Amino acid sequence: MEGLERIIREHRFFAGLDERITSLVSGCAKNVRFEAQQYLYHHGDAADELYLLRHGRVALEIAAPGRGALMFQTVEEGDVVGASWLVPPYRWQYDARALELTRAIAIDAQCLRGKCESDHDLGYEMMKRVVQILVERLQATQLQMLDVYGH
Amino acid sequence: MATEHALIAASVPAFPPAGADPFVPRLARIASCRHDSGEVWTLDIREELPQSASFRPGQFNMLTVFGVGEVPISFSGAPAASDRLLHTVRAVGPVSTALVQLPLGASVGVRGPFGNGWPVAEAAGQDVLIVAGGLGLAPLRPVIYELLANRARYGRIAILYGTRGPDEILFRRELESWRREGRVELHVTVDHATSGWDGNVGVVTTLVSRARFDPGHTIGFVCGPEVMMRLTSAALRSSGVADEAIYLSLERNMKCAVALCGRCQLNGVLVCREGPVFRNDRARSLLAHKEL
Repeated sequence: MEGLERIIREHRFFAGLDERITSLVSGCAKNVRFEAQQYLYHHGDAADELYLLRHGRVALEIAAPGRGALMFQTVEEGDVVGASWLVPPYRWQYDARALELTRAIAIDAQCLRGKCESDHDLGYEMMKRVVQILVERLQATQLQMLDVYGH
Repeated sequence: MATEHALIAASVPAFPPAGADPFVPRLARIASCRHDSGEVWTLDIREELPQSASFRPGQFNMLTVFGVGEVPISFSGAPAASDRLLHTVRAVGPVSTALVQLPLGASVGVRGPFGNGWPVAEAAGQDVLIVAGGLGLAPLRPVIYELLANRARYGRIAILYGTRGPDEILFRRELESWRREGRVELHVTVDHATSGWDGNVGVVTTLVSRARFDPGHTIGFVCGPEVMMRLTSAALRSSGVADEAIYLSLERNMKCAVALCGRCQLNGVLVCREGPVFRNDRARSLLAHKEL
């Protein structure tokens, strides 16, 4: 647990959090690894884990009729995969596929949601961090929709 | 036939010596036209009377297709090879389309070089971030050549390049060779890709946090669509790079290129003369006028 807690404390997503909070998060965490081309999850699956990437790269994909899987983002070491675990109905809205051997910390979403409910300091910190990801994702989507390089 | 040629020759006005009048194009010929990707082509143009002076990275020429029109196109080749003018063109308008359809050996007109160019000398002793979006890599390529020609003068050099899709990556072989040689740190991303692509997907601003640089000793050169440059300069500032160390290239509809016609005016600034490269503290206020 000591090792996991240290990794979580040093991960960019949790930067600036005090030890009490990272200790709470660590209680829900475990190490995981995915081989290249292995899916972390599929669209529609229960969003029951949050992944802090430690090594490797992951493609986020959506299926478009007649066009197959389209990658809209890749994430790597220091990034977090997924925000749907915090928002009902807690289902993934896209696929996540490892592009290479990927190591991550998986945090049990139900466990973390429970701790967020009972400890609002933790809940607020998590909410701030997830909102940051969502805002960045929204800005990126706006740019992608503008198709700025096509004109 | 000989008579016809003679008549045509007699009707072509004699061109004054190079540089005599900035409005009179110098004659040049298309030596090659290479397809880069999609609608993008790189022209190799040789002047009939090569200029002794070199151009500066970031400057542009006005290229004329006789009988069709004239367009401003940035240099995309090495400044040292000034007898060989490389211009990378997206063939989307009547002139640019006509330009890339000219046969080898065809005559074109050249006026220039115009504009201020990138302040490459200021980068000495510093880390350098080259951030390009789409065709914006072309005006930055001369900067890269110049940096690599004097590699020891600079700290880390990172090229961050974003484009629409994997098929639209410009100068792919060159980028890969620079990365392979370890002379630059290269990060490429595309807006969208299918599963065959194993590189990065996402907007170019996401690459800023992946590059290694010392923000207090870094200069950033940014070129691409304006919305991309606005967001990139914001990302650079968030990373600690000072406004005064960020430069953007503002493309406007240049016509005369010598600050007389006012066509490229942007909030009182004549981009052809004072630009196209502006420091971010100035560029930001110019870009804030969305109606311009």
